[in-house]
Amino acid sequence: MNFWEYLGSRHQQLLADVYQHASAVFQCMVVATVLGVVLGVVTYRSGWAGNLATTTTATLLTIPSLAMIGLLVPVVGLGVPPTVIALILYGLLPIVRNSIVGLRGVDPSLVDAATGIGMSRLARLLRVELPLAWPPILTGIRVSTQMLMGIAAIAAYASGPGLGNEIFRGIASLGSKNALNQVLAGTLGIIVLALLFDAVYVLIGRLTIPRGIRV
Amino acid sequence: MSETSGTPSEQPRTVGDRSAERAATGATIRLESLTKRYPGSSDPAVDSVDMEINAGELVVLVGPSGCGKSTTLKMINRLIEPTGGRIRIGGEDVTHMDPVKLRRKIGYAIQSSGLFPHMTVAQNIGLVPKMIGWPKARIAARIEEMLDLVGLDAGEFRGRYPRQLSGGQQQRVGVARALAADPPVLLMDEPFGAVDPITRDHLQDELIRLQHELHKTIVFVTHDFDEAIKLGDRIAVLRERSHIAQFDTPEAILTNPADDFVSGFVGAGAALKRLNLTRVRDVEITDYPTVTVDDSLQEIVSRVRSSGTNEILLLDRQGRPYKWLRRGDLMRARGSLARAGTPVHDTVTRDGTLRDALEAVLIDNAGRVVVTGRRGEYTGVVDMATLMNSVQEMLEADRLDAMEHQHDLEGAAGGEGEA
Repeated sequence: MNFWEYLGSRHQQLLADVYQHASAVFQCMVVATVLGVVLGVVTYRSGWAGNLATTTTATLLTIPSLAMIGLLVPVVGLGVPPTVIALILYGLLPIVRNSIVGLRGVDPSLVDAATGIGMSRLARLLRVELPLAWPPILTGIRVSTQMLMGIAAIAAYASGPGLGNEIFRGIASLGSKNALNQVLAGTLGIIVLALLFDAVYVLIGRLTIPRGIRV
Repeated sequence: MSETSGTPSEQPRTVGDRSAERAATGATIRLESLTKRYPGSSDPAVDSVDMEINAGELVVLVGPSGCGKSTTLKMINRLIEPTGGRIRIGGEDVTHMDPVKLRRKIGYAIQSSGLFPHMTVAQNIGLVPKMIGWPKARIAARIEEMLDLVGLDAGEFRGRYPRQLSGGQQQRVGVARALAADPPVLLMDEPFGAVDPITRDHLQDELIRLQHELHKTIVFVTHDFDEAIKLGDRIAVLRERSHIAQFDTPEAILTNPADDFVSGFVGAGAALKRLNLTRVRDVEITDYPTVTVDDSLQEIVSRVRSSGTNEILLLDRQGRPYKWLRRGDLMRARGSLARAGTPVHDTVTRDGTLRDALEAVLIDNAGRVVVTGRRGEYTGVVDMATLMNSVQEMLEADRLDAMEHQHDLEGAAGGEGEA
């Protein structure tokens, strides 16, 4: 059976995996984005808090994903929970770091102007600082998503959802006639998904970054 | 401002006494021993400043870098919280009121405009009105009005983003934003510091014109003494820790600096700087024979003959000065004026300073300059002799003033001694 015949015969299973993979990454990204931006907003004003947030999330990232999932399984069990927790933790770093960098990078004279014309703290954050920091934050979200696409594949190790199952099945049956097809299908599926997500982010950027600060 | 009112009646009106004769819409500002002490430093950054700023007055705080002038300004809208003293605006003690509410009643314009780059010109200007809850239609109308006020075409600029504007245009929008909610008080922190000298000059003229219409109470911070002289009704020269070295009209500071620090800051050429304080409209503008491009050559020739002058000014159809025509030019014109005469290169407006006029007169080969009105139309001519006379009178009056002032001070000191 060549690769195309394999895709044809298993397309239902594959599409289900693709959907689950995309859905897991998407949902974890939403949570990671909210958490990451909130962390950034809470910490960017103080030097040490910002550094603490960045260092903590950076340390999390150095843990190998397989080890992370392995460590989570005894605590939260198999399946979806370790996958979701691991993906969110990994997704945080680029978003937290870019939020802090973006918010700190807002021209101080603009913050001064915003306060000076009578904006409250919240108004200043929502109407001036976050919109101006949005391009770097969006870049962070993009980087996170790319990363999570790959890491989500490891989730299959803990019986998680997604295209990782395809890859692990192939690795487990190395030498059998479909092994290579399985690994290929899983890998290519992830690449295609990553590209599609990226295209969506370009579109989101076009729609949400105000014309006045678009590069 | 009483300093100038006692001078002879032909004394040109100066920047200083303008505020006295107009109805002010601004509010008084009173700083009472205002102090800012940063934790961990032994000396206060601003040490017990007392200052009273009248309604409708434009006061310039000027001083070397780091003298605390900007800190003093930012304490008025409490961007920097004072650690001691009080601030009263329009009689009301605002030292402890909600700073957000306070700032919405005080216009604030800063260096490099401070416009939000992600908002359009209209959104930037509409910010404060929106925050204080004006209805949409009123905001839209106000945006239009403000753009018009600062000399920008609403249709063209409303939808633009700040980066699509030149530095000078950005600064105008910055001023428009500061004035949008019609605050009685306007704080300006080196607003023209980041634009090129020519644009700065224009913006200063605009501000003078604006203030003429609006009569706000303006506190303006700069380190440029010439800018202070040009704009200020009164100038506060500050030394370190915001100590007031002298707080007086520009005329008084130029002719009678309080001490070496002030005279050092005034710098050389006080007489030349004095020229900046008098407007062209305040000196004698002579009328000149004029003709328009629609007149026939015969009419023009006969006008020159009957006028008894050697020269005549040709105006275009809008009444703006176009060319100087001499008798000789007319002889050589041979029926067509197209190539005859010398085009008018330089003009000054009635609101221009005597310094501008002197500059133009010096460059002109016949030693005179055409004065124009607001739309560039001809209103008269100023020449070297008129300028010389005015300057002489002006300096003489200043000297008398200074002597009188000195005399008063001595008298007061003597009186105290006797008592």
